[in-house]
Amino acid sequence: MTQIHQFDAVIVGGGGAGLEAALHASKSVNTAVLSKLYPSRSHTGTAQGGIAAALGNMEEDRWEWHMFDTIKGGDYLVDQDGAEIMARDAVDAVIELEHMGLPFDRTPEGKIEQRRFGGHTRDEGKAPVMRAAKSGTRTGHMILQTLYQQCIKQKVHFYDEFFVADLIVQDNICRGVVALDIRQGEWHVFHAKAVLIACGGFGKMFQVTSNAHELTGDPVAACYRRGIPLEDMEFFQFHPTGIYKLGILLSEAARGEGGVFINDKGERFMERYAPSMLDLAPRDMCSRFIFQEIKAGRGIGGRDYVLLDVRPETINKFKSAPGGKTVTAEYLNKALDDVLEFARVYQGIDPMKEGMPIQPTAHYAMGGIPTDNDARVVIDDQHTQIGGLYAAGECACVSVHGANRLGTNSLVDLVVFGRRGGRAMAEFCQAAHLAPLPKDPEAEIVAEFDRLRTAKGTERQVTIRREMQEVMTEHVGVFRTGAGIQQALDKVKELQERFKQVQVHDAGKIFNTDLLEAFELGCLLDLAEVTAAAALNRTESRGAHYREDYPNRDDAQWLKHSLVAPAPGGGYRITYRPVVITKYQPKERKY
Amino acid sequence: MKVRLKIKRFDPEVDKKPHWAEYEVEAEPTDRILDALHSVKWLLDSTLTMRRSCAHGICGSDAMRVNGRNRLACMSFVGEVLKEGNPITIEPLLGLPVIKDLVVDMEPFFAHYRSISPFLINDDPLPENGRERLQSPAQRERYDDTTKCILCACCTASCPSFWANGKYVGPQAIVQAHRFIFDSRDHGVEQRLKVLGEYDGVWRCRTVFNCTEACPRSIKVTQAIADVKRVLATGVIDYE
Repeated sequence: MTQIHQFDAVIVGGGGAGLEAALHASKSVNTAVLSKLYPSRSHTGTAQGGIAAALGNMEEDRWEWHMFDTIKGGDYLVDQDGAEIMARDAVDAVIELEHMGLPFDRTPEGKIEQRRFGGHTRDEGKAPVMRAAKSGTRTGHMILQTLYQQCIKQKVHFYDEFFVADLIVQDNICRGVVALDIRQGEWHVFHAKAVLIACGGFGKMFQVTSNAHELTGDPVAACYRRGIPLEDMEFFQFHPTGIYKLGILLSEAARGEGGVFINDKGERFMERYAPSMLDLAPRDMCSRFIFQEIKAGRGIGGRDYVLLDVRPETINKFKSAPGGKTVTAEYLNKALDDVLEFARVYQGIDPMKEGMPIQPTAHYAMGGIPTDNDARVVIDDQHTQIGGLYAAGECACVSVHGANRLGTNSLVDLVVFGRRGGRAMAEFCQAAHLAPLPKDPEAEIVAEFDRLRTAKGTERQVTIRREMQEVMTEHVGVFRTGAGIQQALDKVKELQERFKQVQVHDAGKIFNTDLLEAFELGCLLDLAEVTAAAALNRTESRGAHYREDYPNRDDAQWLKHSLVAPAPGGGYRITYRPVVITKYQPKERKY
Repeated sequence: MKVRLKIKRFDPEVDKKPHWAEYEVEAEPTDRILDALHSVKWLLDSTLTMRRSCAHGICGSDAMRVNGRNRLACMSFVGEVLKEGNPITIEPLLGLPVIKDLVVDMEPFFAHYRSISPFLINDDPLPENGRERLQSPAQRERYDDTTKCILCACCTASCPSFWANGKYVGPQAIVQAHRFIFDSRDHGVEQRLKVLGEYDGVWRCRTVFNCTEACPRSIKVTQAIADVKRVLATGVIDYE
């Protein structure tokens, strides 16, 4: 039996964006958070290095500089009104986190301590600036914990381990969601005035990724399947410093503290590519340069990785620490605690004695559900809204990251726009009526799950998943060509066909992860299709989207956001939305 | 190489009681136990059920008993736990009701967490300049260790006192309380000590050190519990 619940606001996802939204919405309206994991398991917790805000606690800084860096870092595809809001709100949002109890590191005067991060500069590119407020190298963990604590204090309703499988939309009005209680295997309809999607990313479509197993983008796929377009999906960030083969992230904080990339010849090769920002150039560039070194045969031992070297003697030799100061192993062990621990545990090396083998790892979707600056979902260039539907955090595309996100700006995004979204939905709920539910809103998704549950097909999930991850990594990765992307797209379509014959062996109700993994795989396939389709369509290179067959940025043709929506009768159609440009005209991007 | 896993299975819709099942998978000594479990689930028996997410020791989902010790499956390695000739045994955490296979009911655990008011309590006016409250590096350092907790339950589910009496708040809740009690910005000490000073509070700790050994974040859990006991006994909190 399906249970029906009524709330003013329903939030899908218990990570940073969802909890910020919940905290602010629940101040005035009845709010529930649905999360497929316990909120404290969310991927926000793995963010390491810091959260940018122009607090100016270490040296002069201005939010305008943060705004500029964000726009330039995003290769001018950033909506500048959004970047302005983000950079300005960041200062207040970080102070608010401190007031909530977040244990930031402190300066000798007792203020929030900050460090350098890639692409964050003083005075529009003059030199690196210390802007990332931090808590060791577990800043995301502390943000997640603090927000969860505050939600408990405020007695937010949590539905933990509830899997949101479908969105209820009729006549362009969102009326709620359909969710499966994972533990009991029962279906629940959440009837609401407003729904905010904050489910994080979907990096599991790639083979080597920093993303958690649970990051499969199910609610994003649900939006797409209900006709909502996805914006700028061709822009997927590959973080330069994933642990070799495993993809686990080693924070950019390592380079903020002075760490450098080293090739097989012992060269600090960033000197050739980014003479001013060096190893703190933005992530898209670093990832490309690493692969160029590898292609030129300068990977370590001729293999497909380089080293991230944070040994004190290396940092002191290059004078690469902030201000050229001398660092010790003792200092680095404290400043980079978790980063060094990951290398010790997962690589079995002592990073104070040797370099850490790294390779770029699929990390972050710049694209996602299109929203305005208050997290409202907008589906076209006419600003048409889906009434009552909101999105925030990685799954959303405001767009404040454009073609490439700067380090720390994911945390800024989720805090700033989670908060704005929570406030906006509270305001909306106070005025809006509960739109009626359509008849049997759960019927379609329940039927789909029942079909999957009893599927005695011939295709193993693991085979389809691996083939998808391989082809996406090979052809829709750091370097792309039209022919390669087409191959990936064809393959994904073939896999979608084969998915119809997927095997599920667990026919039970209770905690059926066999069934859920199958459904998640179907979601990933749809999102992989959209990603490849958008990448094929954009015949230029910009930020993280690098086309070897179109190596230049083409502002005349492509200074616009792409929107991929399912076409009636199958396939998809692509439309566009202009980029909002206020203060900074596009320029060539050099570091 | 071939590795044998002996896993305690329980399907509430089929089984009356748990039973052991053995699987043989291909694994390297450097593989995580989680990788070996995925090999079982994805290649041999997809009904095997466990929680996991980040796979690198941060989300705290995959706490379980590996060869009789509580660990995160993503932070223990085949080569480290393998004993010549013996299979690696994997069971759900003890002391929490089993839902299915390696999945336990976390609700009692989170109820203890919530019982100690796990949030900053401070009703003082905020700084007039609109900026952060000040805290010295030494004050910040005082509670650093206990901020690392990821709520995985390795500690609480390794504690004999908790096994004997599930009402005991357990090491995790005390660690969380410690994180706030020793934070110079917090004023909620009385509220927390009221819970921790009761019959099922800190005094149920018998200093067995299982929790400290089990913690995947290397938190000095027993030390934190001792710190809280001392505050209860003396009424004095050293903030630095």
